[in-house]
Amino acid sequence: MSSTVLYDAPGPRARVRHRIFGILTIIGIVAVLGLIVWKLWVEDQLTAEKWEVFYTPRFISLLAEGMLDTLWIAVLSIAGALVFGLVFGTAKLSDHAPVRWVAWTVVEFFRAVPLLLLIIFIWFYAFETQLGTIAPLVIGLILYNGSVLAETFRAGINAVPRGQVEAAYAIGLRKSAVMRIVQLPQAIKIMTPAIISQCVVALKDTSLGYYILAPGLTTIGRDIWRTFDNRLATALVLAVLYIVLNLLLTALGRWAEKHITGARPAQSMENNPSVPLDKP
Amino acid sequence: MDWLTDNYVNILRGFGETLRLLGASGALALVLGTLVALARVSPVPILRGVGTFYVTIFRNTPLLVLILIAYYGLPEIGIDFGFFINISLAMGTYTAAFVAEAIRSGFNGVPLGQAEAARAIGMPFMTSMSQVVLPQAFRLVVPPMASVYIALTKNTSLAATFGIAEATFRMRGLFNDYASQMIQIFVGISLGYILIVAVISWIATAFERRWAVA
Repeated sequence: MSSTVLYDAPGPRARVRHRIFGILTIIGIVAVLGLIVWKLWVEDQLTAEKWEVFYTPRFISLLAEGMLDTLWIAVLSIAGALVFGLVFGTAKLSDHAPVRWVAWTVVEFFRAVPLLLLIIFIWFYAFETQLGTIAPLVIGLILYNGSVLAETFRAGINAVPRGQVEAAYAIGLRKSAVMRIVQLPQAIKIMTPAIISQCVVALKDTSLGYYILAPGLTTIGRDIWRTFDNRLATALVLAVLYIVLNLLLTALGRWAEKHITGARPAQSMENNPSVPLDKP
Repeated sequence: MDWLTDNYVNILRGFGETLRLLGASGALALVLGTLVALARVSPVPILRGVGTFYVTIFRNTPLLVLILIAYYGLPEIGIDFGFFINISLAMGTYTAAFVAEAIRSGFNGVPLGQAEAARAIGMPFMTSMSQVVLPQAFRLVVPPMASVYIALTKNTSLAATFGIAEATFRMRGLFNDYASQMIQIFVGISLGYILIVAVISWIATAFERRWAVA
């Protein structure tokens, strides 16, 4: 059901009413914005000392460094999670029951455990081994996102029409070749949107490095507000940076979906209820 | 296992705090998310724009950064309801974006004829929404909604970063006191979370059955 069937094409009276609602909404938004600006003003938040750090070149380069760390950690985690997801996703479909059980236990466990809990555990557990702070964060992200992707891959492989698999067996391909040549390439096309949104999740979750003071945007932010006592300003700047990064990542994913895989996007997704929706 | 026998009261209190966070932010997310979803399908273009804007902003900001804003930032401009409420505000507004998306996907699943029939008998937008589309959409959104709430359960662990003594916070305390039994403690606390997740799935299944169309 497209949202347009919810109501008729507006007649003259409805148009007037919609316009009134629209104007009321705008007035509401302007009022809220005004309230925020006024609040910022009376609480002395709109002063140069709170914000000047963000147009000082030395600190811009510091933030850029933090952003590079965040991106680097995100790329490592996503690459690792894709491999993890591929291995465990196919293992869950294995013909050998013990392999299936092990994969099921691993995937379900890491999917159900809070990521922060996992990161704290790895960080504490690996404390003596001098792993530093990046490794626990990356390992945690790989285990969690990898498990989610394993489910995604499994659903995607199952969504490939059965006839494809039967045809592949019929022309004499072996089990691994059927998976590698026939099922996976089609599954990945179907799964691209879900994989992209999981990449956004992974990028957002790099912010959890804050807890163990792993390098990245949030930790840099902490250093900045400790020095300049501008918590609100810093947190807002971090939010904007993350939003921009995520929107760029989403756009990149869409572009890749269109140009590299050449898939008919999303269409097969909507008919497939086993494909998981976006999760927080 | 002495970590468990000596501390089970504290661990239970920790999970109690986790559930309180889940309840407070979950209720906010449900109300706000429904409103945003309604705005996103409303006939007023500006309201649609506001809904889309909300979802884009809150879905692309890390929850941790939202909590930083609510916990450290808002008190700086005099908005301070105590840190439990401020953190719940952050979690609720964040989760609301996902609730809105789940509900919207539910609208898309309600058969076309239902809305058309409602319009045909002359129901205006709000009536056809509240009497025809929403009741059916809620049934369809139970499974995606359950995943949103399961994710929220796990996300409450972020409150540990800000000194709320919930389950993850307690686990860290236990790590300090019982360094040799870390794996047991980790698995134990994880099982607590898994139990909450299982209960949510069970409730979702019950709702689905109850709201099933005959």
